Amino acid sequence: MAEELPKPEQLLQIDHRAPNTDWMETPINIRKGMYCYASNPKSVEYVGLPNARAWNPLEDDWQLPENWQEIIHKGFKERLERFRSFKVFMDICVRCGACADKCHYFIGTGDPKNMPVLRAELLRSVYRNDFTRVGKILGKLNGARPMSLDVLKEWWYYLFQCSECRRCSVFCPYGIDTAEITIMGRELLNLIGLNIDWIATPVANCYRTGNHLGIQPHAFKDMLDFFVDDIEDVTGVRVEPQFNKKGADILFITPSGDVFADPGTYTAMGYMMLFHFLKEKYGFDITWSTYASEGGNFGFFTSHETMKRLNSKMYAEAKRLGVKWILGGECGHMWRVINQYMDTMNGPADFMEEPVNPITGTKFENAKSTKMVHITEFTADLIKHGKLDLDPSRNDHLKVTFHDSCNPSRGMGLFDEPRYVIQNVCNHFYDMPTNTIREQTFCCGSGSGLNAGEDMELRLTGGLPRANAVKYVHEKHGVNMLSTICAIDRAALPALMEYWVPEVDVTGVHELVANALNLEGQNDRATDLRGEDIPGLESDSEEETDEG
Amino acid sequence: MNSRYIFSLIAVIVLFLIAWAGTAIGLQVVFGIIIPYLALLTFFAGFVFKIVDWSRSAVPFRIPTTGGQQKSLPWIKHSQLDSPATNWQVILRMALEILTFRSLFRNTRMRLKEGARISYQLEIFLWVGALAFHYAFLAVLVRHLRFFTEPVPFFVTLVENVDSFFRVEILYPGIQFGLPGVFLSGVVLLAAAGYLFSRRLFIRQVRYISLAADYFPLLLICGIAVTGILMRYFLKIDVTAAKALTMGLVTFQPTIPEGVGTVFYVHLFFVSVLLAYFPFSKLMHLGGVFLSPTRNLTTDTRARRHVNPWNYPVPIHTYEEYEDEFRDKMIEAGLPVDKMPEPAPAEDPAEEPAGDQAEEEKPAEE
Repeated sequence: MAEELPKPEQLLQIDHRAPNTDWMETPINIRKGMYCYASNPKSVEYVGLPNARAWNPLEDDWQLPENWQEIIHKGFKERLERFRSFKVFMDICVRCGACADKCHYFIGTGDPKNMPVLRAELLRSVYRNDFTRVGKILGKLNGARPMSLDVLKEWWYYLFQCSECRRCSVFCPYGIDTAEITIMGRELLNLIGLNIDWIATPVANCYRTGNHLGIQPHAFKDMLDFFVDDIEDVTGVRVEPQFNKKGADILFITPSGDVFADPGTYTAMGYMMLFHFLKEKYGFDITWSTYASEGGNFGFFTSHETMKRLNSKMYAEAKRLGVKWILGGECGHMWRVINQYMDTMNGPADFMEEPVNPITGTKFENAKSTKMVHITEFTADLIKHGKLDLDPSRNDHLKVTFHDSCNPSRGMGLFDEPRYVIQNVCNHFYDMPTNTIREQTFCCGSGSGLNAGEDMELRLTGGLPRANAVKYVHEKHGVNMLSTICAIDRAALPALMEYWVPEVDVTGVHELVANALNLEGQNDRATDLRGEDIPGLESDSEEETDEG
Repeated sequence: MNSRYIFSLIAVIVLFLIAWAGTAIGLQVVFGIIIPYLALLTFFAGFVFKIVDWSRSAVPFRIPTTGGQQKSLPWIKHSQLDSPATNWQVILRMALEILTFRSLFRNTRMRLKEGARISYQLEIFLWVGALAFHYAFLAVLVRHLRFFTEPVPFFVTLVENVDSFFRVEILYPGIQFGLPGVFLSGVVLLAAAGYLFSRRLFIRQVRYISLAADYFPLLLICGIAVTGILMRYFLKIDVTAAKALTMGLVTFQPTIPEGVGTVFYVHLFFVSVLLAYFPFSKLMHLGGVFLSPTRNLTTDTRARRHVNPWNYPVPIHTYEEYEDEFRDKMIEAGLPVDKMPEPAPAEDPAEEPAGDQAEEEKPAEE
């Protein structure tokens, strides 16, 4: 795959000037490297979604149901009634263009249909034709057009070039949120069986096995057992994670990506070490679940209904195990779902208690209804109360920056908790420029289920603004580590960094925490969780050995 | 693609000709009474209908865009404006949004520079232009209440006084301008509308996304401003007669006084068209901005449960079904189970559609 990719110099030849042909007259060109493969019919069928069949976006015939236009029209109408957001956003855009250059995909590709306003106009044009009289009368002149196969293909292509990051919604004077429009558009596409496999198969896996990767319970435990061995190698301490434990105080749920792929695995090891520390010192009682072994929710990228179906496992498992509250790991869209949807969809969670940190006694007032706490809120509280034994010097060889993940940023407002944690476990922290962090943060380019392999060009171009900001702090401050609190980031950013800023590595925040955390009975800790020697410490310990 | 603004221009010219010709052939009653009434009726009915229509759609989820630090631990500074946790904070956020266009104020312009460096600079012109446009429009509207009230309320006079604070006078035998005193709002309105229009015309990206529905109201408003300025400063129409007509409209005793020039009817017709067009167009952002769910909701979704009126049960994969499928493997791995295995063997899992094969094909999902 890497050989086929254009060189960075080539990808940087971006023309942001709009073309001369009208956007409605510009035919769709589904380009390799920019789209994800169509969904596997088995996955679609497993969760009972419509029109399961093998199809190929590059072929003319997408094998749609005969009455697909009617299905889309009815689905559109239904969603206009169900979602005020959708209806209002269809009506009130004035096309001021403030959103245009806020989208990372537009910045990276220059494709005008990646301007948020035009992405939304793809749907609005059909809305005007189907649901407004003026639109129908004035037709194309007023930006209305009937639904056709070409329009549908445009929807599919461009709605899967939006990562639902909401950056445009920060700048829109009416708060029009393209993510919301993309969510509705993808729901409509799913009604006639148009999805991508990178979303459909994780959904089916998650439904069956409890996680996107399809890891079955015994294998899930095996993987964590591997980490137990790895942690022992690095620290000399053997941790003992608990699984599916009834009557535990707290249930822990994190994205399964962290159980499976580097560098997320080190973050998972970080959680385990933190929990071990708290258990030894304070009697902290937390359990992992194999049934609810996924924090992420690719159902969110399919439809509201699918999101609810997958999310239901969190509360169901909390109820079955009888825990007091739920702690959630580092994940992006998982937290948008928990923060803005879970309680509404699958609550009320009245079978649990209002979350209280058993170690500090802090009441997490902001989570008192949903009863799920973010791990950086939890860890920040522990650090604030001096409950952790930290040695940040073990991270001294790192110059760290922090990538605000889209969903915890613009769907939650989680900015200072992770920064507080990082700054307490690392001595060298540098933020990226203001226009690229916090609520203005840029997507990794692979969010909302677009982190496949076949759309690598899309991911690299979409990730360009983020990479460019990292490059800036790399050159200015020598930053060599990009930390983040999202599993998709941890999976996607290494490829992005390797391509644009190869000197920078990627880590989760709790990997940094664990590297700084002193455990009772540990060895000299001369290597980090990745098994790499920590510069400086290595020689120190050798000297000590010599003297000893 | 230029047909879009040319169409809008032609539309405004045609509207002008209709009003001109109409008054010329003596249809003053139509243009001075019937059309304004119909337009006003359309405006109110359409506006209310649209708001009611929007309101009828549910708000199933609380999905505000959080533009600042959430309210979490007591020692972390909460951004009350950008991540409002109470209704009062939402009101403040909305007020700043509506009165100062705060989101637009954030606007930046992206540039890809030599050496592959992307920069984002503050781009304030759109915000200035938009703010000037809307506030000038508001001032003009308030001033016009003079024509619909007797006695004229104090705030109208106040606005007039502020509006004419700067004295602009050109008094030569040939050109006489500035008497009566020049209202800044009219000039600013025309200039700002002109800016917003030329922006659509000359900035390539904005031209690309602009529809006829974007040019038309701007040109129409330009037409309204031009005819208004013409009447006040140049043609100096009989204001008393004009007010007699407008007062007739509000008191439901419509009359057509003598001596109101054609330009007045053109002006009134333009305004009527704008009113009637309003509810069916993007101009409804006036009402819609209040209803935008990414702005007008609190962000304390984890502290206070939001209720979805159409929440319905969905099929789920229960723990029991899960354990039934994997019980043997769980027991073997030492994982606790709810039910001990039955003597009969479990079904062959290979028959399951999204089975092991999918697992192998899809590493590193997240």
